[in-house]
Amino acid sequence: MKKNSGRGSFEGATPSEFNSGYDFGGQWSPSELELARRQARKKKNQRSALIAALSSFLVLGTLVIVIVTSPGWETLRNTFFKWAYGVEVLPKIILGFGTNAMLTVIAGTSVALLGLAIALLRTSRSPALTPFRFLATAYIDIFRGIPMLLVILLVGFGIPALQIKGLTNNVLILGTLAVIITYSAYVAEVIRSGILTVHPSQRAAARSLGLSHFQTLRHVVLPQALKRVTPPLLNDLVALIKDTGLVSILGVTDAVRAAQIQTAKTFNYTPYVMAAIVFLLVTIPLTRWTDRMLRNSLEKQNAQGQA
Amino acid sequence: MTTPVLRLEKVRKTFGSEVVLEDITFTVPVHTATVFIGASGSGKSTLLRCINLLDQIDDGQILLDGEDISAADINPDEVRKKLGMVFQSFNLFPHMTVLENVILAPTKVQGVAKDVAVDEALELLKRFGLKDKADQYPDRLSGGQQQRVAIIRSLARHPRLLLLDEITSALDPVLVNEVLSTVRDLKREGMTMVLATHEMGFAKQVADEVCYLHNGRILEWGAPSAMLESPSRPETKEFLRRVHDAGRL
Repeated sequence: MKKNSGRGSFEGATPSEFNSGYDFGGQWSPSELELARRQARKKKNQRSALIAALSSFLVLGTLVIVIVTSPGWETLRNTFFKWAYGVEVLPKIILGFGTNAMLTVIAGTSVALLGLAIALLRTSRSPALTPFRFLATAYIDIFRGIPMLLVILLVGFGIPALQIKGLTNNVLILGTLAVIITYSAYVAEVIRSGILTVHPSQRAAARSLGLSHFQTLRHVVLPQALKRVTPPLLNDLVALIKDTGLVSILGVTDAVRAAQIQTAKTFNYTPYVMAAIVFLLVTIPLTRWTDRMLRNSLEKQNAQGQA
Repeated sequence: MTTPVLRLEKVRKTFGSEVVLEDITFTVPVHTATVFIGASGSGKSTLLRCINLLDQIDDGQILLDGEDISAADINPDEVRKKLGMVFQSFNLFPHMTVLENVILAPTKVQGVAKDVAVDEALELLKRFGLKDKADQYPDRLSGGQQQRVAIIRSLARHPRLLLLDEITSALDPVLVNEVLSTVRDLKREGMTMVLATHEMGFAKQVADEVCYLHNGRILEWGAPSAMLESPSRPETKEFLRRVHDAGRL
Protein backbone atom coordinates (compact mmCIF):
# COMPACT_ATOMS: atom_id res chain seq x y z
CA MET A 1 0.00 0.00 0.00
CA LYS A 2 1.11 3.53 -0.70
CA LYS A 3 2.12 5.70 2.18
CA ASN A 4 -0.41 8.41 2.97
CA SER A 5 1.02 11.86 2.73
CA GLY A 6 -1.45 13.27 5.22
CA ARG A 7 -5.08 13.87 5.97
CA GLY A 8 -7.35 13.82 2.95
CA SER A 9 -5.55 11.10 1.02
CA PHE A 10 -7.69 8.23 2.21
CA GLU A 11 -9.69 7.77 -1.02
CA GLY A 12 -10.77 4.23 -1.42
CA ALA A 13 -10.20 3.43 2.25
CA THR A 14 -13.42 5.20 3.19
CA PRO A 15 -16.62 3.17 2.78
CA SER A 16 -18.93 5.03 0.44
CA GLU A 17 -21.93 4.87 2.77
CA PHE A 18 -19.88 6.48 5.53
CA ASN A 19 -20.26 10.25 5.64
CA SER A 20 -16.97 11.67 6.81
CA GLY A 21 -17.27 14.19 9.66
CA TYR A 22 -15.34 16.87 7.75
CA ASP A 23 -16.94 19.26 5.30
CA PHE A 24 -14.96 21.00 2.58
CA GLY A 25 -13.65 23.72 4.89
CA GLY A 26 -12.08 21.08 7.16
CA GLN A 27 -14.66 21.93 9.86
CA TRP A 28 -15.71 18.93 11.90
CA SER A 29 -19.27 18.02 12.73
CA PRO A 30 -20.19 14.63 14.15
CA SER A 31 -20.90 12.05 11.46
CA GLU A 32 -24.13 10.04 11.43
CA LEU A 33 -22.15 7.05 12.61
CA GLU A 34 -20.93 8.97 15.66
CA LEU A 35 -24.39 10.42 16.34
CA ALA A 36 -25.91 6.94 16.31
CA ARG A 37 -23.16 5.73 18.63
CA ARG A 38 -23.86 8.55 21.09
CA GLN A 39 -27.56 7.81 20.99
CA ALA A 40 -26.91 4.14 21.76
CA ARG A 41 -24.57 5.00 24.64
CA LYS A 42 -27.12 7.37 26.11
CA LYS A 43 -29.79 4.67 26.01
CA LYS A 44 -27.44 2.22 27.69
CA ASN A 45 -26.68 4.72 30.48
CA GLN A 46 -30.36 5.42 31.04
CA ARG A 47 -31.06 1.72 31.37
CA SER A 48 -28.20 1.29 33.87
CA ALA A 49 -29.53 4.15 35.98
CA LEU A 50 -33.02 2.66 35.99
CA ILE A 51 -31.72 -0.76 37.05
CA ALA A 52 -29.61 0.79 39.83
CA ALA A 53 -32.59 2.75 41.18
CA LEU A 54 -34.88 -0.25 41.06
CA SER A 55 -32.46 -2.60 42.80
CA SER A 56 -31.69 -0.03 45.52
CA PHE A 57 -35.38 0.48 46.14
CA LEU A 58 -35.99 -3.26 46.38
CA VAL A 59 -33.08 -4.08 48.69
CA LEU A 60 -33.46 -1.12 51.04
CA GLY A 61 -37.27 -1.38 51.05
CA THR A 62 -37.12 -5.05 52.03
CA LEU A 63 -34.64 -4.24 54.79
CA VAL A 64 -36.89 -1.53 56.25
CA ILE A 65 -39.96 -3.75 56.09
CA VAL A 66 -38.16 -6.63 57.81
CA ILE A 67 -36.94 -4.40 60.62
CA VAL A 68 -40.12 -2.42 61.18
CA THR A 69 -42.39 -5.48 61.16
CA SER A 70 -40.15 -7.42 63.55
CA PRO A 71 -41.80 -8.24 66.91
CA GLY A 72 -39.28 -6.25 69.00
CA TRP A 73 -39.40 -3.13 66.86
CA GLU A 74 -41.62 -1.07 69.18
CA THR A 75 -39.42 -1.76 72.22
CA LEU A 76 -36.26 -1.14 70.23
CA ARG A 77 -37.59 2.17 68.97
CA ASN A 78 -38.43 3.32 72.45
CA THR A 79 -35.07 2.39 73.97
CA PHE A 80 -32.75 3.41 71.14
CA PHE A 81 -34.55 6.01 69.06
CA LYS A 82 -36.44 8.22 71.51
CA TRP A 83 -35.64 11.41 69.63
CA ALA A 84 -37.09 13.85 72.18
CA TYR A 85 -34.78 12.42 74.83
CA GLY A 86 -31.94 12.35 72.35
CA VAL A 87 -32.27 16.07 71.65
CA GLU A 88 -32.40 16.71 75.39
CA VAL A 89 -29.05 15.01 76.07
CA LEU A 90 -27.38 16.19 72.87
CA PRO A 91 -25.68 19.28 74.40
CA LYS A 92 -23.97 17.12 77.02
CA ILE A 93 -22.75 14.70 74.36
CA ILE A 94 -21.48 17.50 72.15
CA LEU A 95 -19.69 18.95 75.17
CA GLY A 96 -18.14 15.53 75.71
CA PHE A 97 -17.17 15.38 72.04
CA GLY A 98 -15.14 18.53 72.64
CA THR A 99 -12.81 16.30 74.65
CA ASN A 100 -12.58 13.86 71.74
CA ALA A 101 -11.83 16.71 69.36
CA MET A 102 -9.15 18.14 71.62
CA LEU A 103 -7.66 14.69 72.12
CA THR A 104 -7.63 14.15 68.36
CA VAL A 105 -5.77 17.41 67.73
CA ILE A 106 -3.19 16.85 70.46
CA ALA A 107 -2.70 13.14 69.81
CA GLY A 108 -2.78 13.65 66.02
CA THR A 109 0.00 16.23 66.13
CA SER A 110 2.13 14.18 68.52
CA VAL A 111 1.57 11.00 66.54
CA ALA A 112 2.61 12.70 63.30
CA LEU A 113 5.90 13.87 64.85
CA LEU A 114 6.65 10.69 66.81
CA GLY A 115 5.64 8.44 63.90
CA LEU A 116 7.89 10.36 61.53
CA ALA A 117 10.81 10.14 63.97
CA ILE A 118 10.35 6.38 64.40
CA ALA A 119 10.03 5.86 60.65
CA LEU A 120 13.24 7.82 60.04
CA LEU A 121 15.05 5.80 62.69
CA ARG A 122 13.90 2.54 61.16
CA THR A 123 14.98 3.54 57.66
CA SER A 124 18.30 5.08 58.71
CA ARG A 125 21.50 3.27 57.86
CA SER A 126 23.89 5.14 60.10
CA PRO A 127 25.84 2.71 62.32
CA ALA A 128 25.61 5.15 65.26
CA LEU A 129 21.83 4.72 65.23
CA THR A 130 21.88 0.92 65.31
CA PRO A 131 20.52 0.59 68.88
CA PHE A 132 17.75 3.09 68.11
CA ARG A 133 16.89 1.26 64.93
CA PHE A 134 16.53 -1.90 66.96
CA LEU A 135 14.41 -0.12 69.57
CA ALA A 136 12.20 1.43 66.89
CA THR A 137 11.56 -1.99 65.37
CA ALA A 138 10.75 -3.50 68.76
CA TYR A 139 8.46 -0.57 69.58
CA ILE A 140 6.50 -1.02 66.37
CA ASP A 141 6.24 -4.79 66.81
CA ILE A 142 4.96 -4.46 70.35
CA PHE A 143 2.47 -1.66 70.07
CA ARG A 144 1.01 -2.78 66.79
CA GLY A 145 0.44 -6.17 68.35
CA ILE A 146 -1.44 -5.14 71.51
CA PRO A 147 -5.12 -4.12 71.43
CA MET A 148 -5.28 -0.39 72.09
CA LEU A 149 -7.79 -0.91 74.88
CA LEU A 150 -5.14 -2.87 76.78
CA VAL A 151 -2.54 -0.17 76.27
CA ILE A 152 -5.01 2.40 77.59
CA LEU A 153 -5.71 0.28 80.67
CA LEU A 154 -2.04 -0.49 81.27
CA VAL A 155 -0.95 3.15 80.95
CA GLY A 156 -4.03 4.61 82.65
CA PHE A 157 -3.96 2.36 85.70
CA GLY A 158 -0.33 1.18 85.60
CA ILE A 159 1.49 4.51 85.70
CA PRO A 160 -0.48 5.89 88.71
CA ALA A 161 0.11 2.57 90.47
CA LEU A 162 3.86 3.17 90.28
CA GLN A 163 3.29 6.05 92.69
CA ILE A 164 6.30 7.92 91.36
CA LYS A 165 6.32 11.52 92.52
CA GLY A 166 5.82 14.08 89.80
CA LEU A 167 4.08 11.65 87.45
CA THR A 168 0.56 12.63 86.67
CA ASN A 169 -2.56 10.78 87.74
CA ASN A 170 -4.68 12.74 85.32
CA VAL A 171 -6.58 10.11 83.32
CA LEU A 172 -7.08 12.48 80.40
CA ILE A 173 -3.32 12.94 80.00
CA LEU A 174 -2.60 9.24 80.53
CA GLY A 175 -5.34 8.24 78.10
CA THR A 176 -3.97 10.62 75.45
CA LEU A 177 -0.50 9.21 76.06
CA ALA A 178 -1.76 5.66 75.47
CA VAL A 179 -3.42 6.70 72.21
CA ILE A 180 -0.22 8.45 71.06
CA ILE A 181 1.89 5.39 71.90
CA THR A 182 -0.31 3.02 69.89
CA TYR A 183 -0.98 5.21 66.89
CA SER A 184 2.66 6.25 66.51
CA ALA A 185 3.52 2.63 65.83
CA TYR A 186 0.96 2.43 63.01
CA VAL A 187 1.78 5.81 61.52
CA ALA A 188 5.52 5.09 61.63
CA GLU A 189 4.95 2.02 59.47
CA VAL A 190 2.80 3.94 56.99
CA ILE A 191 5.44 6.65 56.66
CA ARG A 192 8.21 4.07 56.38
CA SER A 193 6.38 2.34 53.54
CA GLY A 194 6.17 5.73 51.82
CA ILE A 195 9.90 6.30 52.24
CA LEU A 196 10.62 2.86 50.77
CA THR A 197 8.53 3.58 47.65
CA VAL A 198 10.79 6.47 46.64
CA HIS A 199 13.02 4.93 43.99
CA PRO A 200 16.74 4.56 44.86
CA SER A 201 17.62 6.46 41.69
CA GLN A 202 16.13 9.58 43.27
CA ARG A 203 18.55 9.20 46.17
CA ALA A 204 21.44 8.56 43.78
CA ALA A 205 20.57 11.69 41.80
CA ALA A 206 20.41 13.80 44.95
CA ARG A 207 23.67 12.43 46.35
CA SER A 208 25.45 12.91 43.04
CA LEU A 209 24.36 16.56 43.13
CA GLY A 210 26.32 16.79 46.37
CA LEU A 211 23.37 16.79 48.79
CA SER A 212 24.19 15.22 52.14
CA HIS A 213 22.25 12.27 53.49
CA PHE A 214 20.09 14.58 55.60
CA GLN A 215 19.51 17.07 52.77
CA THR A 216 18.52 14.22 50.47
CA LEU A 217 15.99 13.06 53.03
CA ARG A 218 14.69 16.56 53.68
CA HIS A 219 14.42 17.87 50.11
CA VAL A 220 14.00 14.78 47.95
CA VAL A 221 12.83 11.66 49.77
CA LEU A 222 10.42 12.93 52.43
CA PRO A 223 8.41 15.34 50.25
CA GLN A 224 7.67 12.52 47.81
CA ALA A 225 7.10 9.91 50.51
CA LEU A 226 4.72 12.03 52.59
CA LYS A 227 2.70 13.04 49.55
CA ARG A 228 2.19 9.40 48.68
CA VAL A 229 1.10 8.37 52.16
CA THR A 230 -1.23 11.30 52.78
CA PRO A 231 -4.40 9.33 51.90
CA PRO A 232 -3.61 6.37 54.20
CA LEU A 233 -2.60 8.82 56.93
CA LEU A 234 -5.95 10.60 56.64
CA ASN A 235 -7.53 7.18 56.96
CA ASP A 236 -5.65 6.75 60.23
CA LEU A 237 -6.88 10.18 61.34
CA VAL A 238 -10.49 9.03 60.92
CA ALA A 239 -9.69 5.93 62.96
CA LEU A 240 -8.00 8.10 65.58
CA ILE A 241 -11.10 10.27 66.02
CA LYS A 242 -13.20 7.19 66.76
CA ASP A 243 -10.61 5.56 68.97
CA THR A 244 -10.34 8.60 71.23
CA GLY A 245 -13.68 7.30 72.50
CA LEU A 246 -11.83 4.40 74.08
CA VAL A 247 -10.25 6.61 76.76
CA SER A 248 -13.73 6.85 78.30
CA ILE A 249 -12.86 3.57 79.98
CA LEU A 250 -10.50 5.50 82.27
CA GLY A 251 -13.34 7.78 83.31
CA VAL A 252 -12.58 10.65 80.94
CA THR A 253 -15.82 12.49 80.19
CA ASP A 254 -15.80 12.35 76.42
CA ALA A 255 -18.82 11.86 74.13
CA VAL A 256 -19.00 8.13 74.86
CA ARG A 257 -18.75 8.61 78.62
CA ALA A 258 -21.28 11.45 78.55
CA ALA A 259 -23.72 9.18 76.74
CA GLN A 260 -23.03 6.39 79.18
CA ILE A 261 -23.82 8.66 82.15
CA GLN A 262 -27.17 9.65 80.63
CA THR A 263 -27.98 6.06 79.78
CA ALA A 264 -27.28 4.96 83.33
CA LYS A 265 -29.79 7.50 84.62
CA THR A 266 -32.75 6.42 82.50
CA PHE A 267 -31.89 3.01 81.09
CA ASN A 268 -32.68 4.45 77.70
CA TYR A 269 -29.99 3.90 75.07
CA THR A 270 -30.82 6.84 72.82
CA PRO A 271 -27.76 8.80 74.09
CA TYR A 272 -25.51 6.11 72.60
CA VAL A 273 -27.19 6.53 69.24
CA MET A 274 -26.82 10.30 69.55
CA ALA A 275 -23.09 9.90 70.34
CA ALA A 276 -22.74 7.65 67.30
CA ILE A 277 -24.42 10.30 65.14
CA VAL A 278 -22.08 13.01 66.46
CA PHE A 279 -19.06 10.87 65.54
CA LEU A 280 -20.51 10.14 62.11
CA LEU A 281 -21.11 13.83 61.44
CA VAL A 282 -17.36 14.34 61.68
CA THR A 283 -16.01 11.08 60.29
CA ILE A 284 -18.20 10.66 57.19
CA PRO A 285 -17.22 13.96 55.55
CA LEU A 286 -13.58 13.26 56.39
CA THR A 287 -13.82 9.76 54.92
CA ARG A 288 -15.40 11.05 51.71
CA TRP A 289 -12.69 13.67 51.44
CA THR A 290 -9.99 11.04 51.98
CA ASP A 291 -11.53 8.85 49.29
CA ARG A 292 -11.47 11.71 46.87
CA MET A 293 -7.86 12.50 47.64
CA LEU A 294 -6.90 8.88 47.18
CA ARG A 295 -8.71 8.73 43.86
CA ASN A 296 -7.05 11.93 42.68
CA SER A 297 -3.60 10.73 43.61
CA LEU A 298 -4.21 7.38 41.91
CA GLU A 299 -5.41 9.12 38.78
CA LYS A 300 -2.34 11.29 38.80
CA GLN A 301 -0.08 8.27 39.19
CA ASN A 302 -1.79 6.49 36.33
CA ALA A 303 -1.51 9.54 34.14
CA GLN A 304 2.20 9.60 34.88
CA GLY A 305 2.48 5.94 34.01
CA GLN A 306 0.99 6.55 30.60
CA ALA A 307 3.14 9.55 29.83
CA MET B 1 52.55 18.37 31.89
CA THR B 2 49.38 19.59 33.55
CA THR B 3 47.52 17.33 35.94
CA PRO B 4 44.70 15.51 34.17
CA VAL B 5 41.16 16.09 35.46
CA LEU B 6 40.66 12.39 36.01
CA ARG B 7 42.99 9.45 36.27
CA LEU B 8 42.05 5.88 37.09
CA GLU B 9 44.71 3.37 37.93
CA LYS B 10 44.15 -0.38 38.03
CA VAL B 11 40.63 0.02 39.34
CA ARG B 12 38.83 -3.16 40.32
CA LYS B 13 35.22 -3.53 41.41
CA THR B 14 33.38 -6.65 42.48
CA PHE B 15 29.83 -7.38 43.52
CA GLY B 16 30.24 -10.38 45.79
CA SER B 17 32.13 -12.97 43.79
CA GLU B 18 31.38 -11.31 40.47
CA VAL B 19 34.17 -9.15 39.06
CA VAL B 20 32.53 -6.16 37.37
CA LEU B 21 35.59 -4.03 36.62
CA GLU B 22 39.17 -5.18 36.37
CA ASP B 23 42.43 -3.37 35.73
CA ILE B 24 40.77 -0.17 34.55
CA THR B 25 43.38 2.46 33.77
CA PHE B 26 42.79 5.63 31.79
CA THR B 27 43.38 9.37 31.84
CA VAL B 28 41.03 12.22 31.00
CA PRO B 29 42.90 15.48 30.27
CA VAL B 30 41.09 18.78 30.69
CA HIS B 31 38.61 19.77 27.92
CA THR B 32 38.48 16.25 26.50
CA ALA B 33 35.79 13.62 26.29
CA THR B 34 36.40 9.93 26.92
CA VAL B 35 33.65 7.69 25.62
CA PHE B 36 33.04 4.16 26.85
CA ILE B 37 31.30 1.75 24.53
CA GLY B 38 30.42 -1.86 25.17
CA ALA B 39 27.51 -4.23 25.56
CA SER B 40 24.99 -3.89 28.38
CA GLY B 41 26.50 -5.38 31.51
CA SER B 42 30.06 -4.69 30.42
CA GLY B 43 30.51 -2.38 33.42
CA LYS B 44 30.05 1.09 31.88
CA SER B 45 27.49 2.33 34.40
CA THR B 46 29.35 0.82 37.34
CA LEU B 47 32.50 2.59 36.20
CA LEU B 48 30.73 5.97 36.23
CA ARG B 49 29.11 5.23 39.59
CA CYS B 50 32.53 4.38 41.02
CA ILE B 51 34.02 7.67 39.79
CA ASN B 52 31.11 9.43 41.47
CA LEU B 53 31.70 7.41 44.66
CA LEU B 54 28.15 6.04 44.50
CA ASP B 55 29.86 2.63 44.47
CA GLN B 56 33.07 1.77 46.31
CA ILE B 57 35.99 0.33 44.38
CA ASP B 58 37.78 -2.79 45.61
CA ASP B 59 41.26 -1.97 44.42
CA GLY B 60 43.22 0.65 42.53
CA GLN B 61 43.00 4.41 42.72
CA ILE B 62 40.89 7.24 41.38
CA LEU B 63 42.51 10.66 41.12
CA LEU B 64 40.44 13.80 40.56
CA ASP B 65 42.66 16.80 39.79
CA GLY B 66 45.51 14.80 41.26
CA GLU B 67 43.70 14.17 44.54
CA ASP B 68 43.09 10.57 45.54
CA ILE B 69 39.30 10.44 45.90
CA SER B 70 39.35 6.71 46.60
CA ALA B 71 41.18 7.36 49.88
CA ALA B 72 39.44 6.01 52.96
CA ASP B 73 39.17 9.39 54.69
CA ILE B 74 37.67 11.25 51.74
CA ASN B 75 34.29 12.94 52.15
CA PRO B 76 32.14 11.87 49.18
CA ASP B 77 29.95 14.97 49.48
CA GLU B 78 33.01 17.19 48.91
CA VAL B 79 34.11 15.15 45.89
CA ARG B 80 30.66 15.15 44.33
CA LYS B 81 30.57 18.95 44.43
CA LYS B 82 33.15 18.82 41.62
CA LEU B 83 31.30 16.19 39.59
CA GLY B 84 28.13 16.34 37.54
CA MET B 85 26.27 13.16 36.78
CA VAL B 86 23.44 12.58 34.33
CA PHE B 87 21.56 9.30 34.41
CA GLN B 88 19.89 7.17 31.79
CA SER B 89 16.51 7.62 33.51
CA PHE B 90 16.83 11.44 33.98
CA ASN B 91 16.02 11.18 37.71
CA LEU B 92 14.56 14.66 37.92
CA PHE B 93 12.78 15.32 41.20
CA PRO B 94 9.09 14.98 40.29
CA HIS B 95 7.82 17.14 43.16
CA MET B 96 9.86 20.14 42.08
CA THR B 97 9.50 22.42 39.07
CA VAL B 98 12.25 22.53 36.46
CA LEU B 99 13.65 25.68 38.05
CA GLU B 100 13.55 24.19 41.56
CA ASN B 101 15.36 21.11 40.27
CA VAL B 102 18.12 23.26 38.83
CA ILE B 103 18.64 25.56 41.84
CA LEU B 104 18.44 22.85 44.53
CA ALA B 105 22.13 21.98 44.62
CA PRO B 106 23.48 25.53 44.14
CA THR B 107 21.35 26.90 46.99
CA LYS B 108 21.49 23.96 49.41
CA VAL B 109 24.97 22.59 48.77
CA GLN B 110 27.02 25.50 47.51
CA GLY B 111 25.32 28.21 49.52
CA VAL B 112 24.53 30.46 46.55
CA ALA B 113 21.90 33.10 47.34
CA LYS B 114 18.53 32.11 45.93
CA ASP B 115 18.05 35.07 43.60
CA VAL B 116 21.55 34.62 42.19
CA ALA B 117 20.92 30.91 41.66
CA VAL B 118 17.57 31.62 39.98
CA ASP B 119 19.13 34.16 37.62
CA GLU B 120 21.86 31.76 36.66
CA ALA B 121 19.44 28.85 36.26
CA LEU B 122 17.18 30.90 33.98
CA GLU B 123 20.22 31.91 31.96
CA LEU B 124 21.18 28.25 31.50
CA LEU B 125 17.61 27.24 30.64
CA LYS B 126 17.45 30.04 28.11
CA ARG B 127 20.71 28.97 26.54
CA PHE B 128 19.37 25.47 25.99
CA GLY B 129 15.95 26.63 24.84
CA LEU B 130 14.02 25.55 27.92
CA LYS B 131 13.27 28.87 29.58
CA ASP B 132 9.51 28.58 28.99
CA LYS B 133 9.54 25.27 30.90
CA ALA B 134 11.05 26.76 34.08
CA ASP B 135 7.83 26.61 36.09
CA GLN B 136 6.61 23.25 34.79
CA TYR B 137 6.83 19.95 36.58
CA PRO B 138 9.01 17.27 34.98
CA ASP B 139 6.10 14.98 34.06
CA ARG B 140 4.82 17.70 31.70
CA LEU B 141 8.03 17.55 29.67
CA SER B 142 9.07 15.20 26.89
CA GLY B 143 11.86 12.73 27.62
CA GLY B 144 14.34 14.79 25.64
CA GLN B 145 13.42 17.94 27.52
CA GLN B 146 13.68 16.12 30.85
CA GLN B 147 17.13 14.87 30.02
CA ARG B 148 18.26 18.33 28.95
CA VAL B 149 16.98 19.70 32.25
CA ALA B 150 18.96 16.96 34.02
CA ILE B 151 22.08 18.08 32.15
CA ILE B 152 21.41 21.71 33.05
CA ARG B 153 20.85 20.67 36.66
CA SER B 154 24.36 19.25 36.85
CA LEU B 155 25.84 22.20 34.93
CA ALA B 156 24.39 24.68 37.42
CA ARG B 157 26.96 23.48 39.93
CA HIS B 158 29.90 24.26 37.60
CA PRO B 159 31.30 20.73 37.71
CA ARG B 160 34.92 20.06 36.92
CA LEU B 161 33.91 16.84 35.19
CA LEU B 162 30.62 15.66 33.74
CA LEU B 163 29.66 11.98 33.84
CA LEU B 164 26.99 10.98 31.32
CA ASP B 165 25.55 7.50 31.72
CA GLU B 166 23.76 6.34 28.57
CA ILE B 167 21.76 9.53 28.61
CA THR B 168 19.84 8.76 25.41
CA SER B 169 18.99 5.10 26.02
CA ALA B 170 15.55 5.84 27.46
CA LEU B 171 14.58 8.23 24.67
CA ASP B 172 12.71 7.60 21.49
CA PRO B 173 14.86 8.12 18.38
CA VAL B 174 13.35 11.49 17.47
CA LEU B 175 14.28 12.95 20.85
CA VAL B 176 17.82 11.58 20.94
CA ASN B 177 19.18 14.31 18.72
CA GLU B 178 18.18 17.28 20.84
CA VAL B 179 20.00 15.75 23.80
CA LEU B 180 23.09 14.86 21.80
CA SER B 181 23.34 18.34 20.32
CA THR B 182 23.28 19.74 23.84
CA VAL B 183 26.25 17.54 24.71
CA ARG B 184 28.04 18.60 21.54
CA ASP B 185 27.58 22.23 22.61
CA LEU B 186 29.10 21.46 25.98
CA LYS B 187 32.04 19.75 24.39
CA ARG B 188 32.64 22.78 22.19
CA GLU B 189 32.65 24.97 25.26
CA GLY B 190 35.41 22.87 26.74
CA MET B 191 33.58 20.72 29.29
CA THR B 192 35.57 17.69 30.38
CA MET B 193 33.43 14.56 30.12
CA VAL B 194 33.28 10.83 30.58
CA LEU B 195 30.42 9.18 28.71
CA ALA B 196 28.91 5.77 28.37
CA THR B 197 26.84 5.45 25.21
CA HIS B 198 25.37 3.19 22.57
CA GLU B 199 25.29 5.97 19.99
CA MET B 200 28.38 5.25 17.88
CA GLY B 201 27.90 8.16 15.48
CA PHE B 202 27.72 10.49 18.42
CA ALA B 203 30.75 8.86 20.03
CA LYS B 204 32.72 9.58 16.89
CA GLN B 205 31.71 13.25 16.97
CA VAL B 206 32.46 14.14 20.57
CA ALA B 207 35.09 11.66 21.72
CA ASP B 208 38.77 12.39 21.99
CA GLU B 209 39.26 8.83 23.06
CA VAL B 210 37.02 5.79 22.77
CA CYS B 211 37.42 2.82 25.11
CA TYR B 212 35.80 -0.53 24.42
CA LEU B 213 34.74 -2.18 27.66
CA HIS B 214 34.32 -5.94 27.52
CA ASN B 215 33.46 -8.03 30.59
CA GLY B 216 34.80 -5.35 32.90
CA ARG B 217 38.10 -4.75 31.10
CA ILE B 218 39.19 -2.04 28.68
CA LEU B 219 39.96 -4.28 25.75
CA GLU B 220 40.87 -1.63 23.25
CA TRP B 221 41.15 2.13 23.15
CA GLY B 222 42.18 4.88 20.81
CA ALA B 223 41.07 7.78 18.66
CA PRO B 224 37.41 7.47 17.63
CA SER B 225 38.00 7.09 13.91
CA ALA B 226 40.57 4.35 14.35
CA MET B 227 38.57 2.56 17.04
CA LEU B 228 35.22 2.64 15.31
CA GLU B 229 36.35 2.08 11.75
CA SER B 230 39.26 -0.31 12.03
CA PRO B 231 39.30 -1.96 15.44
CA SER B 232 42.05 -4.53 15.90
CA ARG B 233 40.48 -6.92 18.42
CA PRO B 234 37.99 -9.52 17.21
CA GLU B 235 35.66 -8.79 20.18
CA THR B 236 35.52 -5.11 19.27
CA LYS B 237 34.83 -5.98 15.64
CA GLU B 238 32.05 -8.33 16.66
CA PHE B 239 30.50 -5.71 18.98
CA LEU B 240 30.61 -2.99 16.34
CA ARG B 241 29.14 -5.38 13.78
CA ARG B 242 26.21 -6.10 16.09
CA VAL B 243 25.71 -2.41 16.80
CA HIS B 244 25.77 -1.78 13.07
CA ASP B 245 23.18 -4.50 12.46
CA ALA B 246 20.98 -2.86 15.07
CA GLY B 247 21.14 0.33 13.04
CA ARG B 248 22.99 2.40 15.60
CA LEU B 249 26.07 3.22 13.55
